[in-house]
Amino acid sequence: MDERIFEKVKKIVSTQLSVAEDEVKKDSSFVDDLGADSLDLVELIMALEEEFAIQISDEEAQGIRTVGEAVDFIEQKMV
Amino acid sequence: MDLKGKSAIVTGGSRGIGRAICLKLAKLGADVAINYYPGLKEEAEELKKEIEKIGSRGYPIEADISKMDEAKKLIEQAVATMGKVDILVNNAGITRDSLILRMSEDDWESVLAVNLKGVFNCSQAVAKYMVKERKGVIINISSVVGLRGNIGQANYAASKAGVIGFTKSLAKELGSRGIRVNAVAPGFIETGMTQGFPQEYREKILKQIPLGRFGLPKDVASLVAFLASDEASYITGEVISVNGGIIL
Repeated sequence: MDERIFEKVKKIVSTQLSVAEDEVKKDSSFVDDLGADSLDLVELIMALEEEFAIQISDEEAQGIRTVGEAVDFIEQKMV
Repeated sequence: MDLKGKSAIVTGGSRGIGRAICLKLAKLGADVAINYYPGLKEEAEELKKEIEKIGSRGYPIEADISKMDEAKKLIEQAVATMGKVDILVNNAGITRDSLILRMSEDDWESVLAVNLKGVFNCSQAVAKYMVKERKGVIINISSVVGLRGNIGQANYAASKAGVIGFTKSLAKELGSRGIRVNAVAPGFIETGMTQGFPQEYREKILKQIPLGRFGLPKDVASLVAFLASDEASYITGEVISVNGGIIL
């Protein structure tokens, strides 16, 4: 896992979901651990799209449930 | 009630009800982005001057809000110019009246494109911004015709009823982000849209209005200003009529 991507994702997640950065772990679930609601998830996906200049479809977004999954997905997209 | 320090966008703001809304919001202290349809620049510039006389600021912005890219640019430009947007009034609307048996596909599509898709276009663009700000007010202009239907206006009625469903859905989706979304349903108001009515038809409508007159644009503007203000901070997902008590 690319640590630089993880660090960036951590910052975005922390800002979007108003949680402390050290609460954001690779296996943190956005909904179960970080308290995101459906609108938070959409905002988060949009923020990631903007930060990494990628497109994330709704189907792809549904497969991203944890911080680690987001990092892995972004890594693949950026190759 | 005041709107000092607030910034508003009014679509279709250069004429009719939209113009009255711009003036009312400005009178209460808001900066106003006056969206106008291509070709109505003169009216919009004149309104800007009038708003400046009141002591507020007006910013004419041209855009055909039925087109997504133009709607997006309108919102972006308004945010860039005013520094923020607190209030969006989706007012732009057109009619293409015809009995259903004679209604062309174009009559249908053009009315839906402006009156309903235009509301979607502008609301989506502004919602992306307001969600981040965790506050905002969206006011959609529906119509009594959207509530009760009207002969010769199946397209207009459908678009205005659509606006009501859209309003309620957005109120539910965005409420948790401090964004209020309401609709206003005017009755028959004295504007360019209704001035073309044949005298006979006007009289027929007048008989159905307990208050005995057509509404004025400012009657609608007062309600919009109230909904836009913090006085209405617990009102969302509502459709409020301003129609002189009309019974269709």
